[in-house]
Amino acid sequence: MSRKKVESSIEGIIPYSGEGSTITIEGGAVCTQLGCAYNGDEAVAYAAKQSNVDVVAAYPITPQTIIVERFSEYVANGEVSTKYLPVESEHSAMSACVGASIGGARVFTSSASQGLALMHEVLYLASGLRCPIVMAVVNRALSAPINIHGDHSDMMGSRDCGWIQLYTENAQEAYDLTIQSFKIAEDKNVQLPITVNLDGFFISHSTESMKSIADEDINKFLPPRTPIYKLDHDSPISIGGMALPEYYYEFKRQQEEAINSAKPVVKNVGNEFGEMTGRKYGFFEAYEMNDADVAIISLGSTSGSVRSVAKKLRANGEKVGAIKLWMYRPFPTEELFSIIKDLKVLVVMDRAISFGAPYGALCSDISSILQNRDSEVKVLNMIYGLGGRDIPTTTIQQVFEESLHTAKTGEVKQRIKFLDMRE
Amino acid sequence: MVVLKNLSTEELYAPGHRLCAGCGPSISIRMALKAARGPIAVVNATGCVEVSTTIFPYTAWRIPWVHALFENQAAVASGLEAAYQSLEEKGKRKGKVDIIAVGGDGGTFDIGIQAISGMLERGHDIVYLCYDNEAYMNTGIQRSGATPRGAATTTSPAGKVIPGKRGKKKDFIGICAAHGISYAATASIGFFSDYIDKMKKAIEVDGPAVVHVIAPCPLGWRSNPTETVKLAKMAVLTGLFPIYEVNDGIYKMSMKLGRLLPIEEYFKLQGRFQHLMKPEWKNEVEEIKKDTEKHYKKILRLAGEKIT
Repeated sequence: MSRKKVESSIEGIIPYSGEGSTITIEGGAVCTQLGCAYNGDEAVAYAAKQSNVDVVAAYPITPQTIIVERFSEYVANGEVSTKYLPVESEHSAMSACVGASIGGARVFTSSASQGLALMHEVLYLASGLRCPIVMAVVNRALSAPINIHGDHSDMMGSRDCGWIQLYTENAQEAYDLTIQSFKIAEDKNVQLPITVNLDGFFISHSTESMKSIADEDINKFLPPRTPIYKLDHDSPISIGGMALPEYYYEFKRQQEEAINSAKPVVKNVGNEFGEMTGRKYGFFEAYEMNDADVAIISLGSTSGSVRSVAKKLRANGEKVGAIKLWMYRPFPTEELFSIIKDLKVLVVMDRAISFGAPYGALCSDISSILQNRDSEVKVLNMIYGLGGRDIPTTTIQQVFEESLHTAKTGEVKQRIKFLDMRE
Repeated sequence: MVVLKNLSTEELYAPGHRLCAGCGPSISIRMALKAARGPIAVVNATGCVEVSTTIFPYTAWRIPWVHALFENQAAVASGLEAAYQSLEEKGKRKGKVDIIAVGGDGGTFDIGIQAISGMLERGHDIVYLCYDNEAYMNTGIQRSGATPRGAATTTSPAGKVIPGKRGKKKDFIGICAAHGISYAATASIGFFSDYIDKMKKAIEVDGPAVVHVIAPCPLGWRSNPTETVKLAKMAVLTGLFPIYEVNDGIYKMSMKLGRLLPIEEYFKLQGRFQHLMKPEWKNEVEEIKKDTEKHYKKILRLAGEKIT
């Protein structure tokens, strides 16, 4: 790791751990012995830098801008050997990523909201052509009305694009999972693009203490990409031809095989990462689920609030648990079922509306796996936090308490509820 | 200048594809690849050429070839170029590959123009080739920004009150040249040595270059498949499609015409202009003539030629 020692009296910054601490600068972030101060976007940019990316093509959009700004600085200062293409739209950003990936490069990009929506058709191209592109999606609401704040409408709108989809709780997870994503996507059994989702502003713009990994450790963990197929003069193949009804279906079936093959890879990579850093990853994090009657499952930054409320209620003797889903696609059906099957009530938090559908997207997935297994678990769907509306712990506590009541009485008032909504 | 006897006999574009008999775009691709100076890769937009040459599990391309979408060939090519450069700098690959991004007039003039503009502005070392058959032929002859005034298409039909396409053909090369690129040219498959020479120059230029070639479509123009090359010549000789080069902003005519061929000669060979032969659209033909002359004189003026 290239840590530069600087004077401990940087103007306006008080050493975090008091007297005698040393402040260093790493990847542009201020560090003390306890960790480095990164916001989510900076953490992702630093992860991409350390992952030795060959090509980045990106277009700025709030709240992703810090990622491309920071990466541009790395390029301008010669700190990376990456070709950076500041393209003229998100559509071209993802298109250039596809071109670069086909050429054999390790590729990174990031986007959000309208940007992700604009590249929608290219997302399907990237997965269909089996390009292991890593994209950080800084989740933001979709227009109209225009809103720059965090919710999951953007990624849920592209849910079926054939990409592996990971969600993160904080800057640390955004950093850790960005590094892991290259290894997952480029695995010979996967060869698929992957998104690392981080909640706009809640994660992207919140500065937190984060532990980074030394460059040499990342180099060992993540060797350079070795593409199975690539387009070059020594391999004059045709990529992206037309498949009519007699072949198209088989291509799509193979893609489904590929995304399901990502499951053991995500698990192994998460374990290996855990051995290296002490921070183990997998499909989800289960908190106090062994004997829980009631649990809340959520994606992204809300998971931290849910866990802290669960901890408080546990201290009061309530049998509650929390599940943070890291991997949304492929969906960890069996593994998730095994930890929710004995619950009385499962609350599913959806930070996006699937207009006109019975439930939010996550709840629809969970309801379907429970129903197919004749489960008795009662599922309640909470839609919340659209357009960046805060989800306070008081609301989460109320949800837990109402669900505990349902667990006791069996009485379900509302299967789907819009939290903290002016009705 | 390329002459027939020193033209490469290597066919990088194989026979057996499913394009129509007399297809102008198909001829344009075969000729373009004759300009190769070494390894070459093609990034192809959605269109006739793409759908008819790579129906799985077959391909007509003996070179690295990729098709992505309808409007993103310039961006995909940009990414591919960046990958080659990056990997070469890191010692992970070797050898210069000339990249040609190919699109029809729909994928170029209309839906793809933003990505092309971005590619030209960023200065990628890519040749952009537009084969222009003057409408969306792949989807069944719908008008594009390259369809000439008066031509009947399925979305600009010759009706009782509107005689085919309204509006002029976009000045695509003017748009490209305005980006300050080193080389841009128009060409015709009717004049093969001029066309292949231009492709060679475009490949040799360091940085972006654009070639816009007129390539008639018998199906869409409703012309005789045996007359494709003849029509490609006539498009030039009538002044409807002047051929010229723009070298670092300096225009140069590739062919000096003493007198323009009457456009009626060209129109009468094509079903798409038949309605204009009726007396009630005489005035429309006159208007087209005026437009044509005006545009032709503009190019002559830019090329510093005498206007007579």
